[in-house]
Amino acid sequence: MSMTKIAFAGALGCAVLAGSALAQQALPIPPLQHAVPSDGLNAAQMRGQDVFRTTCEHCHGPGRGMPGTSSLAVKYQDTAPAIPALIEERTDLTPELVEFFVRNGSGAMAPYRKTEVSDDQLADLAAYLSRPRP
Amino acid sequence: MAGAAATPPGVSEAVFADALNRFAGVVGAENVYSEEEDVALYRDAYSPLWDEREEKLASAAVAPASAEEVQAVARIANELRIPLYPVSTGRNLGYGGSAPVLSGSVVLDLKRMNRILDISERDATVLVEPGVSYFDLYRHIVDNGLKLWIDCPDPGWGSVIGNAMDRGGGVTTGAYRDHFGSHCGMEVVLADGDIIRTGMGAMPGANTWQQNRYGYGPWVDGIFSQSNYGIVTKMGFWLMPAPDAYLSGTIAAHRHQDVIPLIDVMNRLENIGAFTGYPQVGSPVLFQAGAGAAPEELEAQARASGQPVWTCRLQFYGGRKVNEAQWEYCQEQFAAAIPGATFQRGEEYDLPLTPEQAEALGTEKVSFGIPNLGRFSIGARSEFNDMPTSGHVWFSPILPRTGEGLLAAQKVLFEAAEQLKPYNLSVLPMPFANWQRTFIFLINFPIYRDKDANRQTREAFRKLVKICAENGLGEYRTAPAFMNDVGDTYSFNDHALRRFHERLKDAVDPNGILSAGRYGVWPRHLRT
Repeated sequence: MSMTKIAFAGALGCAVLAGSALAQQALPIPPLQHAVPSDGLNAAQMRGQDVFRTTCEHCHGPGRGMPGTSSLAVKYQDTAPAIPALIEERTDLTPELVEFFVRNGSGAMAPYRKTEVSDDQLADLAAYLSRPRP
Repeated sequence: MAGAAATPPGVSEAVFADALNRFAGVVGAENVYSEEEDVALYRDAYSPLWDEREEKLASAAVAPASAEEVQAVARIANELRIPLYPVSTGRNLGYGGSAPVLSGSVVLDLKRMNRILDISERDATVLVEPGVSYFDLYRHIVDNGLKLWIDCPDPGWGSVIGNAMDRGGGVTTGAYRDHFGSHCGMEVVLADGDIIRTGMGAMPGANTWQQNRYGYGPWVDGIFSQSNYGIVTKMGFWLMPAPDAYLSGTIAAHRHQDVIPLIDVMNRLENIGAFTGYPQVGSPVLFQAGAGAAPEELEAQARASGQPVWTCRLQFYGGRKVNEAQWEYCQEQFAAAIPGATFQRGEEYDLPLTPEQAEALGTEKVSFGIPNLGRFSIGARSEFNDMPTSGHVWFSPILPRTGEGLLAAQKVLFEAAEQLKPYNLSVLPMPFANWQRTFIFLINFPIYRDKDANRQTREAFRKLVKICAENGLGEYRTAPAFMNDVGDTYSFNDHALRRFHERLKDAVDPNGILSAGRYGVWPRHLRT
């Protein structure tokens, strides 16, 4: 009986591995890269990170072709103490500031309507970007 | 200035309040926006009319979650004569954003209708609602490991349906780059709340809605694009099966006159399927020599700098061996037509890309069906630009896909820039081949939070519309501030096409409640 169980688990394990390899192979396009892992975030911050990833990261993420990040890099290039161009790495953001920019935009960044980012989602996003850091 | 209009034109406060209450009964009070701070979010952030009396403002917004709710809202609006302005994701920035053409309209915000209703890897089709963005669809495909590509415009936050309805274009293969042309089947709510399905969708029980776009009888899909005859609540699209390999190669031509055979050969090769990606015609020396440089100057500059006068970059999607053979054939064809042409093999990938490869592509991700927002660096703060803009509007005329046509159109633009010198136009028009049989130019007019600067921009834009139209160059799409101006230029037989559009409008929306003024089509009671 126990042998059967082991054999079954092994077979399932192989199937899972094979499935995973297949999924990797089938993936037509790679996932986006993220700047900040989700470890250690509370529930609201996790939800806020998800809002960031679906809504903000396309401009404010890491890597090439990120107008928000590259624009802020120039804006803050001479600031002392240094302010990171990646807004996820900033420690000076307040919830109010996050909410202001989302609802008012800045330069070529248009504001976000409530059907795009609801007030609840905005509160989560603000909680994520203003979270205390160790 | 207030960010919202008080009431729709000709609608009393009492009727408007009644309408909003009844809308709330359909969609829930939390999905009706009438407070000024909420309605102001619907302003076109890139409006060339920002903060001026003429700025186009909504009076309220209502956000349904289903086609049935759209029908119910339309019935109420039709009964009470409330003008509605549907938007999908409202991110059509540069061509209008989420603001209505007629101030005082209630924006019908379809962003909450964001379901991917059906997607088939086998058929390479998808059926979506208007609130689905290119990012949403991309993520869905990746999360489900589907071997499908999407063809996205440069900014990926737009609606798949909205972009197609505005007849936007992309950058993969010809069959998919024409976003309206790659759709298959629609569901449309009419002004009176009735609902229709086009093509095979009209036959109950047919499972070919996304396979055959025509069905039976007059094909009406086209009249819903760039128009105001209905509210599209579902739409099918053909997707590209993910290819196995990618290759690019560039042809360099060293004489000014080579542009004529260069484009002729390019067209022939694309139209017989000898290359499969988006062709890009460029001129490195034109950028250096500047607008209006004579052919001899360009050739001298090319010799001095060791660069070609013209380039044509081709892209190939398929299998590695097929791409190789196609590139070889293309080289033979160009070499036979253009003495002295040289060839440079470009990027080459086995697909799918690795994350590192995709990352290195930057904004070129769109050539691999990966949406991004890299193009919004236009006008943004950079080491070369310490005066970031508040957006832009596009001037985008259609021109022939021939060397002669390109040179003639460039001459028109160069001379226009000279004529409009006081406006300080920066015009260096290069052709874009998003549509398979014509080029377009894409000329950026920056927008600022400066009324005088924007007034100048509007004047220059309008003059350019006229100059181009006098030379047969017509805009393919435009922002609300210029929709009447561009509409005026499509004037054959005393504006017979517009008169026909108006007859259709009066027939399908007799109360004129839908998107009044969109693309220059006004309902009877608002025509001047």
